[in-house]
Amino acid sequence: MPFETDLLIHQSVKGRCGVDLPTPEVRNRTGQNLRESIGLPEVSEPQVMRHYTRLSHQNYSIDENFYPLGSCTMKHNPRLNEKLARLEGFAHLHPLQSEEHSQGALEVIYQLTDWLKKLSGMPGLTLDPAAGAHGELTGMMMVRKAHEAKGNPRKIVLVPDSAHGTNPATAATCKYTIVTIKTGDDGMVDMDAFNAAVKEHGEDIAAFMLTNPSTCGLFEPNVKVIADTLHDIGAYFYCDGANFNAIVGKVLPGDLGIDVMQINLHKTFSTPHGGGGPGSGPVMVSEALVPYLPIPYVEKKKDGTFALVKENETSIGRIKGFHGQFGMMIRALAYMMSHGADGLQKVAEDAVLNANYILHNLKDDFHVPYPGPCMHECLLTHKKQKEHGVTTMNIAKALLDAGYHPMTVYFPLVVDGAMLIEPTETESRETMDGFIAAMKTIAKRAQDGDATAFHAQPQTTFRKRLDETQAARKPVLVEDK
Amino acid sequence: MRYLPHTDESRKDMLRAIGAQHIDELYTHVPKETLMSEPLSSLPSHMGEMQVESHIKALAEKNTPTSKMPSFLGGGCYHHHIPASVDHLIQRGEFLTTYTPYQPEVSQGTLTYVYEFQNYIARLTGMDIANASMYDGATADTEAALMAKRLTKRNNVIIYPCVHPDYIDVLKSYSTHSNGTVELGTEPDENTACVIIQSPNYYGLVFDLKELREKCDAVGAKLVVAVNEIVSLGLLPAPEMADIVAGEAQSIGVPMSFGGPHLGFFACKKEYMRQMPGRLCGKTVDADGKEGFVLTLNTREQHIRRDKATSNICTNQGLCALAFTIHLGLLGETGFKTLAQLNHTQACKLADTLESIEGVTLKTETFFNEVTASFPISTELLSTELSKRSIIGGIPVGETKHSMVFCATELTSDEDISKLNNAIEHILKEQESNGGLSHAV
Repeated sequence: MPFETDLLIHQSVKGRCGVDLPTPEVRNRTGQNLRESIGLPEVSEPQVMRHYTRLSHQNYSIDENFYPLGSCTMKHNPRLNEKLARLEGFAHLHPLQSEEHSQGALEVIYQLTDWLKKLSGMPGLTLDPAAGAHGELTGMMMVRKAHEAKGNPRKIVLVPDSAHGTNPATAATCKYTIVTIKTGDDGMVDMDAFNAAVKEHGEDIAAFMLTNPSTCGLFEPNVKVIADTLHDIGAYFYCDGANFNAIVGKVLPGDLGIDVMQINLHKTFSTPHGGGGPGSGPVMVSEALVPYLPIPYVEKKKDGTFALVKENETSIGRIKGFHGQFGMMIRALAYMMSHGADGLQKVAEDAVLNANYILHNLKDDFHVPYPGPCMHECLLTHKKQKEHGVTTMNIAKALLDAGYHPMTVYFPLVVDGAMLIEPTETESRETMDGFIAAMKTIAKRAQDGDATAFHAQPQTTFRKRLDETQAARKPVLVEDK
Repeated sequence: MRYLPHTDESRKDMLRAIGAQHIDELYTHVPKETLMSEPLSSLPSHMGEMQVESHIKALAEKNTPTSKMPSFLGGGCYHHHIPASVDHLIQRGEFLTTYTPYQPEVSQGTLTYVYEFQNYIARLTGMDIANASMYDGATADTEAALMAKRLTKRNNVIIYPCVHPDYIDVLKSYSTHSNGTVELGTEPDENTACVIIQSPNYYGLVFDLKELREKCDAVGAKLVVAVNEIVSLGLLPAPEMADIVAGEAQSIGVPMSFGGPHLGFFACKKEYMRQMPGRLCGKTVDADGKEGFVLTLNTREQHIRRDKATSNICTNQGLCALAFTIHLGLLGETGFKTLAQLNHTQACKLADTLESIEGVTLKTETFFNEVTASFPISTELLSTELSKRSIIGGIPVGETKHSMVFCATELTSDEDISKLNNAIEHILKEQESNGGLSHAV
């Protein structure tokens, strides 16, 4: 069991300090009275080291074990990429340095752009967005701008009920009204519902935001028909590329009629999730949307050098300070080069193979709402276990006691008690066999009427079940000063 | 391929186990004509660690980082020293390779540091509460404006012209499709949701906020204070008169890295809690009554509220927030204040120097670690000439192209400043003898 450690604020002893800085001459040209007490802790360097090392032990991580969080793509994070992002020539480069001083950095951006254009089969690309949701916003701003350029921004964005919450939130941020398209019994877009919405709203529809492969872990078979239908009414086809890992190197999204797609460098291209960021959310676009790409972007000049383009009249403008999450771009480029075209295709194939392997091995123990084959993640539900009083939440907490991070739970919303399992390509068969065995044990315990014991889980974790109700009812976001 | 555990044999075995002959049978829903059985020929094949390393190192070596020569660049991204233990700790796999703490029982490490981060930001800014971080300063201030619109149910935003130009541009991009206006100005009226001011501003000038606070109160507008050099809060009084303080915290623990990833922060009064964007971490207890932390107030967020959410934001800048929290812990109360004084003292020396050069006028009377000066030659020429002398000058500003913002940090040595002094004097003399001097505006 990990050690306990108090907040550093509570470990403070007046007079301690974790740095030795020179003693400055006291000057004041601020025009203000100098600041008094702030309330920061006073601790030594070894205390800081021990505190955060202890905290690290309270976390679960990919380095330690299997992390099958669906739609999050928790794959191995190579340390080579960390080393390269920290090279002096990158880490100490100021974003406002001259082009002459930053040719190598601009070339990194250019090369990564080239890789992503080829892997997507789409002609335009921005690396500016800071995260997937930020990429979505950027994509939808381009959609709106493109419609405005034709004289009418339109009113409606179609979003399937299985979509990630960021999709409707993004479309709403761009002042669109959401029309929800229901998912059919097969887990795919209900084409009758889609066609009815197109018929009803016609040219009021600005775009359809479809996640493909979907959050149900399926590839949408009607994708090209959907694209054609949308293009017929002058709407754009927005693809949420969160699940690109299933198709990288296997399918070019550009071949599917997609107009705009955001991906996540921290999923498919393995930049570390870091406890929730930093991410990076490149957006690929079709020819029709190229004029609206945000600024800045990198261009190769005739003399072979690289330039940062900061002005473009048709652009949606700037969406982030400076030039995007550059450090993540270096990591992603190193990851792509390490895999190459052959390795990236294997990434997709192995990810899909692994998910189907888990699906195949658990299909008799858990309810499978949609028949396979699945893409890089498989969807199960708690239907069979619920009959014995055991829910998805209970199964997740039981997995913690079995030493596994749970899958994504209660998402997508289209099935009751969803469990979305994404093994990724970097897991071996032995690791998955261990997880499958744990899941089978849980299924058996549920069937054997062990519901009461489930409700008390987890028992072996650093903290037991936390009181989220109290946290929300009487929020404590900071300590009393 | 070193990252993939399967062998061709194990792939075949697994396919057999699930009753398939070929991997493409698992892609049955993909339109046949779009499925690629062979790897893309337009991209190279996989490479070993040695090859990748040498390719990317060669790119890094094409750059001239600020560590190679004296640099006076600031403007929302600052070159500060980062203690070795910061980078060591953030590279621990338990922090680096974990995700958003959805399962709090096995994520107390992440949740605890996020809670510490929220505490530090609230205390530094003099606000009641803070969130778990934002993408960067520009998007944090844009989210502040959006929150002010929700709070006041007003649509117009006024932003001081001397706020960081990227912040203004991002706010404008986000606002093109929303109701209301974004105006560069200083005077709120009854339709103003908020006024955004930056202090110290893009030119380095420190503002007194009292007068603006009164103006905002008179018309019921919110006051948003942008801070993009967070080290300034070790010397300057906390902007506690603000309703929202949002900005950039890259200076503590996060390398410049050509502009990202950096660390946006967002702090405000407690009464606005339920309208805040981004993740929030709260303190609670577990089933045994032990103190622990969880992500809380999720009902504001997109995964619950979908199109009614306060923001579409999902991730924060977790690892950068950790770097900040560790670095600030090391500095502590005394170290942080000393660091701020060191920055200011070096900037004072820089200001003294610039003031002493004939023909150069210091334009910033009150400042923290950045000052603006005007020159009798164009800043384009000045930059080029400084570069020839192995000095990275400041940021050219102003319509007349004769002003430059210089930044000094604890990494700016007295020798750097004297080198700049000699270079500028030499350049101006050279231009004078060439008849190239114009009048400073």
